[in-house]
Amino acid sequence: MNQDNKTFEESLKRLEQIVRSMERGDVALEESLKLFQEGTDLVRNCQKLLDEAELQVKKVMTATDGSPVLEDFNDEPNA
Amino acid sequence: MTQQVLTITQINEYIRMKMDSDQLLSSLAVKGEISNYKLYPSGHHYFTLKDEAGALKCVMFKGNAVRLRFRPENGMKVIAMGKISVYPRDGAYQLYCTGLVMDGVGDLYAAFEQLKAKLAAQGLFDPNHKKPLPKYPGVIGIVTSSAGAAVHDMLRILRKRYPLTKVLLLPVRVQGAEAPGEIAAAIRYANYHQLADLLIVGRGGGSIEDLWAFNDEIVARAIYDSAIPVISAVGHEPDFTIADFVADVRAATPSNGAELAVPDQDALRQNLDGISAAMVTAISRQIKAARQHLDVLSGSAPLQSPEGYLLQQKKTLELLRNRLLSCQKQQISDKQQRYIALTAKLDAMSPLKVLTRGFAMAQKENNEIIRSVKDVDRGDVVNIRLRDGRFTAAVTDVKERAL
Repeated sequence: MNQDNKTFEESLKRLEQIVRSMERGDVALEESLKLFQEGTDLVRNCQKLLDEAELQVKKVMTATDGSPVLEDFNDEPNA
Repeated sequence: MTQQVLTITQINEYIRMKMDSDQLLSSLAVKGEISNYKLYPSGHHYFTLKDEAGALKCVMFKGNAVRLRFRPENGMKVIAMGKISVYPRDGAYQLYCTGLVMDGVGDLYAAFEQLKAKLAAQGLFDPNHKKPLPKYPGVIGIVTSSAGAAVHDMLRILRKRYPLTKVLLLPVRVQGAEAPGEIAAAIRYANYHQLADLLIVGRGGGSIEDLWAFNDEIVARAIYDSAIPVISAVGHEPDFTIADFVADVRAATPSNGAELAVPDQDALRQNLDGISAAMVTAISRQIKAARQHLDVLSGSAPLQSPEGYLLQQKKTLELLRNRLLSCQKQQISDKQQRYIALTAKLDAMSPLKVLTRGFAMAQKENNEIIRSVKDVDRGDVVNIRLRDGRFTAAVTDVKERAL
């Protein structure tokens, strides 16, 4: 599984939780400030993941025993 | 003369009903050669189909005509699908054409319709069987040719929209006799080795024969059996294949397939900005509320000037104490007044006081007060008390007053 994607999706899930509990307003101020810090870090991390992401492309070939073998697939015209 | 006379409208309506209830006329395919072809600005197509001996008027409305894969021309040999009904204004019957294919592919079309009906009956297109696509696919498997433009279109869009994903290309032939087997095998292989979260199966546009692999039953069954959600992305917008009906989601083109497969990073960035803004709003509101609470507390008297507050409290205490004391004094003097008054009253009523006014009190020898003449007899000795002493007297006569 692609780790960046997983981190991104999990971060988004956590962010939704954070916003929900902050908006409910039933957490103490100190706890809210902690959530705010965590959320801000997560947003920054998500943006960084998007900024730095590069689409990985592999071609699936089959080994003699039938198991998949990944080969590079260069789809971008060489500039 | 008993024969019923009908209006034109009535007889045309009667014939229309007859025709519409006829099974053959309500769904048929007719082959012939196009003549008199006209495309009206409304988008409706009018033409006549003819063979050596006869002709049939045809109309194809805009809604059906947009699905045409070729531009009809006079002289073309075609197969027209549709129903025959009456056009009441002219009192003429005509073919209301819903589909038009060039003759020669007519066999393919029939095979397509047959397979579609069979698979539909077996539940392969059942909406309940369709799986939702993952929102953020980690790995996308693309089953297509590694040579065509389609794969490059898809990769370009995936790269632009959601570069966080990983793409595995499962190269297959997408046309020719080997194509259906290879496409189906690739779908099953991806499932067997759990290679992806989502599959895009497709190819670029082409003739109906070129796209035929995606109308193959073994491809349809592989898609149906796939535990990994499948997007079909075959040809151009008007092309519908069996794969499209079985797939969890049908994309109009390969590029559209890539768009449907992943979220758009522009939208994701906007969403992240929205989350940031929501957090700032929430925390600001909470801080503001806390500050207001603090202001209320720190603005209160005890915290504003503790010495002043204490002095104030002390004064109040003093005031209360004084009031208590004066209250007590008042109560005491009230009671004193009342005592004096009562004593005076008591004094006034004393027997001694009565004696000073000249009255006398008679007592027996045992000091019992004599209240009635019946209490004494002649010869009794009594004591008489006066203001300043007493004397003893003997009773010499007793007379009761007549009442």
